[in-house]
Amino acid sequence: MARKLLLEHINVPGINTFDVYRSKGGYAAVEKALKTMSPDDVVEEVKKSGLRGRGGAGFPTGMKWSFLAKPEGVARYLVCNADESEPGTFKDRYLMTYIPHLLIEGMIAASFALGAKISYIYVRGEMMPQIRILEKAIAEAKNAGFLGKNILGTGYDLELYVQPGGGAYICGEETALLESLEGKRGNPRIKPPFPAIAGLYGCPTVVNNVESIAAVVPIINEGGDEYAKVGIGRSTGTKLISAGGNVKKPGVYEIDLGLPVEEFLYSDEYCGGIANGKRLKAVVAGGSSVPILPANLFLKTIKNEPRLMSYESLSDGGFVSGTMMGSGGFIAFDEDQCIVRNTWNFSRFYHHESCGQCSPCREGTGWMEKVLHRLEHGHGKMSDMDLLVDVSKKIEGNTICPLGDAAAWPVASAIRHFRDEFEWHVSHGAEAVTRNFGLAHYADPLPQPETVA
Amino acid sequence: MSVKVTIDGITIEVEPGTSILNAARQIGGDIVPPAMCYYSKLKDSGGKCRTCLVKVSKGSEKDPRPMPKLVASCRTTVMDGMEVQNITSPEVVEARKGIVEMLLLNHPLDCPICDQAGECHLQDLAFEHGAVKTRYEFDRRTFEKIDIGDKIQLHMTRCILCYRCVFVADQITDHRIHGILNRGDHSEISTYIQHAVDNDFSGNVIDVCPVGALTDKTFRFKNRVWFTKPVEAHRDCDHPKCNGKVTLWYKGEEVLRVTARKDQYGEVEDFICNTCRFDKKNTSDWVIEGPRQVSHKSVISANHYDFIPLPVIKTDPYLIEANKEQFERDTRL
Repeated sequence: MARKLLLEHINVPGINTFDVYRSKGGYAAVEKALKTMSPDDVVEEVKKSGLRGRGGAGFPTGMKWSFLAKPEGVARYLVCNADESEPGTFKDRYLMTYIPHLLIEGMIAASFALGAKISYIYVRGEMMPQIRILEKAIAEAKNAGFLGKNILGTGYDLELYVQPGGGAYICGEETALLESLEGKRGNPRIKPPFPAIAGLYGCPTVVNNVESIAAVVPIINEGGDEYAKVGIGRSTGTKLISAGGNVKKPGVYEIDLGLPVEEFLYSDEYCGGIANGKRLKAVVAGGSSVPILPANLFLKTIKNEPRLMSYESLSDGGFVSGTMMGSGGFIAFDEDQCIVRNTWNFSRFYHHESCGQCSPCREGTGWMEKVLHRLEHGHGKMSDMDLLVDVSKKIEGNTICPLGDAAAWPVASAIRHFRDEFEWHVSHGAEAVTRNFGLAHYADPLPQPETVA
Repeated sequence: MSVKVTIDGITIEVEPGTSILNAARQIGGDIVPPAMCYYSKLKDSGGKCRTCLVKVSKGSEKDPRPMPKLVASCRTTVMDGMEVQNITSPEVVEARKGIVEMLLLNHPLDCPICDQAGECHLQDLAFEHGAVKTRYEFDRRTFEKIDIGDKIQLHMTRCILCYRCVFVADQITDHRIHGILNRGDHSEISTYIQHAVDNDFSGNVIDVCPVGALTDKTFRFKNRVWFTKPVEAHRDCDHPKCNGKVTLWYKGEEVLRVTARKDQYGEVEDFICNTCRFDKKNTSDWVIEGPRQVSHKSVISANHYDFIPLPVIKTDPYLIEANKEQFERDTRL
């Protein structure tokens, strides 16, 4: 069993309280960072660790921190993005509910590294219990002298605030989050300027995911090099995966990056296989916005190598035969699930959550939703598949923020890999409303390319 | 200190900090990307409609890498040595066609009864860049018409959410009471609970609206714009922020409406106050300057005699001959 870095003490009773957390070695990272390291040392450690942003894009966190502009006399901010709204992802909520002090500790260390005097945790509006938990944890940390003026006598001041959002998916996009945090309508900003130059209130700002910030704690405790030893290649460290769908044991698992997907899906330590003795049909590996893959392509890459849970291996094959790590929202579909229905469902979500600022996404998501609705309910046409692919191409890359891409990828990939099923929905319209297409050939071994002598 | 930028093979030197779109406008002609939401007189406008997308095939002299995605030319500043492709890039043309189709998805296409027809940017855009037919087969979203104030009607169904009127209210008027409600394709421009827009400069939202979503109630259904004659006029306006320079739109002896003077990109030269716009509709209120030049490509000039001077060519006998023929054809009644 691999070592847990984030969830090591998750099963200790009362770990959500300051005293228990402290007795288990909590806040050691803050002490170490504030007392023995300079802010640049902390940034350097994070850079060495190779930690990649856990929110979805996988951008190296250390690099992001070093891009932060540091003009004299201008405040800098650290904002924690806890607006976790990606369908299929619930790791941040888990972390905040059960071990809130890990996030607070990470926030203090990261704020120290960035020189932020005020930091915010922007939590999605639906997570009211988590907001209360965090506020309680902050109050406890403040009592113990880990927040406020002159932390631990080092002269470093930090105020930490929890800000509830309004519950919009788009406010998980960093610039929309900043707009929302400023009290405006949560529309993404046009980049450049990037938040590292002009973010919150026009000041340099770093926006990090909950898990990225929590991962700073083991990095400081053990050193960046030690952290980088876990994992594989450029995917270092551990990652929380929110396993859901038709698996036997859904939940949040901490894995070492580089774990074979087959082991993750079928071993008893993790998901424990597909529920009710069914077979796997398809997997969405990193939250609803990443391309969906059929079982055969998911377990093995197109080169017939076993696929691993790492940024590189999951995206092996690009968009043709690969997917993405995303935010770690792992959704497994068994043979009874209808891919058309699922794609429609995702598409409905993006239609509902599009902010309406730029035209391709505002209009295109609604269009795709309507076409998919028609397909799912058996009124589709054979030309609809090409139409959907074309519309998704017109949206992808032409929008202000990545929501357009996120809306386009699941549709495009579903049609790429499950075209048979879509066509069956058209040719057997009446039947499609009453039963599912089933597993078909989606779990069959990949055809081997013939070797030409 | 100026920077060099090449757009579709034409190089121009511009001030640092200029956007690609403005650099293209300095060159002029066909290579100017269309813009539905950008308005040079409104700060922070642009970037939303995505019709002005261009391809940056060379980032700058220092960093010659191309930009990975198409960029909104209205919000991207030029760098020294930047190379931009607009109409020479098939990718851009294709993307723009897609955007136009998207913009028209929920647009009602009620041009025959729309007051904006003839001076509608979306109409021009669709004519130049769009497809003949839409592939959209569903019901369009609709909204009730609402009166925001006694002089302006908002027909949200036609709106393309360019946000220009929001910026006008923020930057030109004292107090903004309308904004965007809701999200996605149900988002609407509205005053919350139908509050009336009432201030001296509110009429300018009509001028900046690229489509017929905000219309002048004193002009609604009076006439088609191409039957009216634009005439430049001014008056001594006592409003401190208004200089009284307007275009009067005549039908016969009657002034049907008053608007600000719009340039070739449909942007007003100066914002005018509501008194000039709505209350002064007699010729006697105005000092007439002369006919307003409207681009001969615009349908507004369809019934007007408009002389375009021909280029003077002195050296090439072949071109001189061709020019004569062209001259005769253009001036034949």
